[in-house]
Amino acid sequence: MAIFNLNINGSEHSVDVDSNTPMLWVLRDHIKLVGTKYGCGIAQCGACTVHLGDNAVRSCQLPVSAVGEQKITTIEGLSEHGDHPVQNAWLEIDVPQCGYCQAGQIMSASALLKRNPNPSDEEIESAMNGNICRCGTYTRIKKAIKTAASSENV
Amino acid sequence: MTKLKTHMGRRAFIKNTSLASGGLVLGFSILNSCKSEQAKEMAVREMPKEWFEMNSYLKIGDNGVVTIYTPNPEFGQNIRTSMPMLVAEELDVDWKNVLVEQAPYHADKYGFQFTGGSRGISARWEPLRMAGATARQMLIAAAAETWQVPKEEITAEAGVLQHAATKKSAGYGEMASVAATLTVPEEVQLKEVKDFKLVSRSQKNVDAKSIVTGRPLFGMDIQEEGMLIAMIEHPPAFGLTLKSVDGEAAKAMPGIKDVVTIKSFKDGYEKGGFDTNAFPELVAIVGNSTWEVMQAKKKLKVEWQPITAYSETIAGFGGKQTINIPAGLESTTTHKSQMEALAAKPGKVVRKDGNPEVAFKNATTILERSYSAPFLAHNNMEPLNAFAHVAGEKAKIAAPIQIPSLIIPTIASSLGIPKENIEMDLPRMGGGFGRKAYAHFVVEAALISQKVNAPIKLVYSREDDMTNGIYRPTYHATYRAAFDENKNLTALHVKAGGVPESPLFANRFPAGAIDNYMAEEWTIDSNISIGAFRAPRSNFMAGAEQAFLDEVAETMGKDAIQFRLDLLKRAKENPVGERNDYDADRYAGVLELVREKSAWKENDTTKHRGVSAYFCHNSYAAHVLDLKMENGKPVVEKVVCAIDCGVVVNPDAATNMAEGAITDGIGNAFYGELTFQDGVPQKNNFHQYQMIRMNDAPKEIDVHFVQNEIDPTGMGEPPFPPVFGAVANALYKATGQRHYEQPFVTGNQIVG
Ligand code: FES
Ligand code: FES
Repeated sequence: MAIFNLNINGSEHSVDVDSNTPMLWVLRDHIKLVGTKYGCGIAQCGACTVHLGDNAVRSCQLPVSAVGEQKITTIEGLSEHGDHPVQNAWLEIDVPQCGYCQAGQIMSASALLKRNPNPSDEEIESAMNGNICRCGTYTRIKKAIKTAASSENV
Repeated sequence: MTKLKTHMGRRAFIKNTSLASGGLVLGFSILNSCKSEQAKEMAVREMPKEWFEMNSYLKIGDNGVVTIYTPNPEFGQNIRTSMPMLVAEELDVDWKNVLVEQAPYHADKYGFQFTGGSRGISARWEPLRMAGATARQMLIAAAAETWQVPKEEITAEAGVLQHAATKKSAGYGEMASVAATLTVPEEVQLKEVKDFKLVSRSQKNVDAKSIVTGRPLFGMDIQEEGMLIAMIEHPPAFGLTLKSVDGEAAKAMPGIKDVVTIKSFKDGYEKGGFDTNAFPELVAIVGNSTWEVMQAKKKLKVEWQPITAYSETIAGFGGKQTINIPAGLESTTTHKSQMEALAAKPGKVVRKDGNPEVAFKNATTILERSYSAPFLAHNNMEPLNAFAHVAGEKAKIAAPIQIPSLIIPTIASSLGIPKENIEMDLPRMGGGFGRKAYAHFVVEAALISQKVNAPIKLVYSREDDMTNGIYRPTYHATYRAAFDENKNLTALHVKAGGVPESPLFANRFPAGAIDNYMAEEWTIDSNISIGAFRAPRSNFMAGAEQAFLDEVAETMGKDAIQFRLDLLKRAKENPVGERNDYDADRYAGVLELVREKSAWKENDTTKHRGVSAYFCHNSYAAHVLDLKMENGKPVVEKVVCAIDCGVVVNPDAATNMAEGAITDGIGNAFYGELTFQDGVPQKNNFHQYQMIRMNDAPKEIDVHFVQNEIDPTGMGEPPFPPVFGAVANALYKATGQRHYEQPFVTGNQIVG
């Protein structure tokens, strides 16, 4: 066990955990931010996606010891009032079914739009292919990403 | 319209002080906080100071805000929006002033809280509207009493009561305190479909904001003071059971509290139809955090032993039934040869019309084709989990499950406490699809909590979830068609079976449309646990039948849609037999609608299109699917879908569900497969089990509903089964090859 000081959603958190503990479980069990989901634990489903700096990463594969000073953003911190353009687009298109995968989808989508504000269909597909939606909301996810891309201030 | 006797259940009207005071019965703090997102959205106004309970489904605040308790558990159908819409429609209240809360399990107050079998909306269609209509009538009576005017002269609309002659007006909130004290009317009048203002108009998902902001909603998200994390270790193979465990090394790992064994059923307990459980004896490991428990679990030293064969009587929906569970370690290769052997022998004849033997003997041509599909795992995004806190004689449970009432007797028996002492909350499920109808994991959570004497959350790893499945069975069907010298279809024969159940529906189309018809079935016992999976049986039979009919039409030189319509015309005008369980007109209706909306053309060579239609769960669905091959890989360009499920309560939500069913069907048709080797499931996570991803999803889906005023029928399942046939038929057009064995696409690299 060791103490790690983490910058999550703009605030400092200190946790005392084994250094191999994946950020997924640090977030969920220790910091009680449960928006980031467990789906597979092996980087195959994307449910656990968070931002490390500006990049979408699978938090189930990110040991707490590898984070250091880098800023982590989770779904809870994507926007203060839940009104990030991607979140707004998700509401407009009414994307979710069960909803379990959606935090991960939104984190992948928002990272994509940050580095590529106007992605093509192929670029959307390749950026989103690591995020499984068992309920099959892919057509709506794609539509919502395009809606967000066409809105301002992505 | 005639008045209807109020029959929401007597207890629905019994006032409950804890509800009236605004809290959920159980009040899990973390889940309660979820309602705030919806409340924030609506609350340009204050929350009421006082609530008045009209019945168990709704309470009205002094400022007119209405809370509706939605009875059924949610796993993605959006019934948490559409069910309250039914109440709000008849209450006649502004939807913006409605807050939705999940009702806890309470059979007396909320009836059968069952999400499955596509029955949700149809079962709640009348009772929920009655809950709204009786409350509205009580508000009118309260206004009449207060204003001393005749009830008949009062209108109640959009949350406002008015008396035109005296110009009196009051919000529902102002009359709620009086209304709540009045007697419940014996009869109510429900609105006619044409008068609906809310129902049949798309309303946004009430939980969307909470979902996109990552609020705690799911069973997996529950955190309680002092809660420990538990995981289970189950046998690695079907056909094995626990022999012994050495938990010392695991217990010595950091954060670990205990290693215990549990037994899910008391000896002699009579199981119900949803008590399915291949691994009733388990090892459980309990500790402080999920990651620590996952690590320590690897240190468990467990010995397993073979099960012995047994028979048991199950008290299911359709009465008592005896099932045989054989011993042994089963493999897919053996299943395949067993199925082929039985398919070649006569089965049990379930239906026979005319004289099929003679028709086949006299046939000029016979077309015979066999179809098969493997076991499927549900792979819900949220792995199985449950929270339980058993303290002495009481149990507090949060169970993300589809049929709470059916697991309560088992929990009570296994814990040795009275049923009445179990309180159960119903958190949102991250998918269900039938798997979470089988709530053995809730029994496990309760037993573990009792053993370690602490609140625990049981968490299945993805591997646990995939390898301790209650799978869609593996099936096989052989179809034969007889033709005369003029290529007329003279007889049809279907023989179907599976491990361990038969998928056959003998009285479904095309039964009733063919003079000489025979349906046979067979089964093979197995110790692999199986169960519901988004229209089990139908989701295989639709694929086989609709692919076969495509080949029959081709043999006859007929257009695929016109051929089906011709059969349905026959079934309508001059049906064969009396037990045909479909309505030929409605069936033809979806085919005609999909033909129009997809701009279907006979002998269209510009597209590779497959059509398929099916009836199940009292609804009708048809798809036209366009597909092309790109680098040897099928790409679904577009799916046009037509559904007849009666009145559509929330059209955009139903459309979303149909889109999901289509995508799910394509994924399973292409890739879905679980195989076994010596009882061991050969896939345990998504690196092995290929799921449909965005690049395989249809580029476009276009959903249409038949407009009618028929009471709602099923919606979650019906669009799913016909997808398999549409995929098979389009693949044939694109490749020139017929596909008989699912999954249709193999050897793909899985990319995560
Ligand atoms: S839980 Fe991390 S990718 Fe699935
Ligand atoms: S909405 Fe259910 S898994 Fe995506």
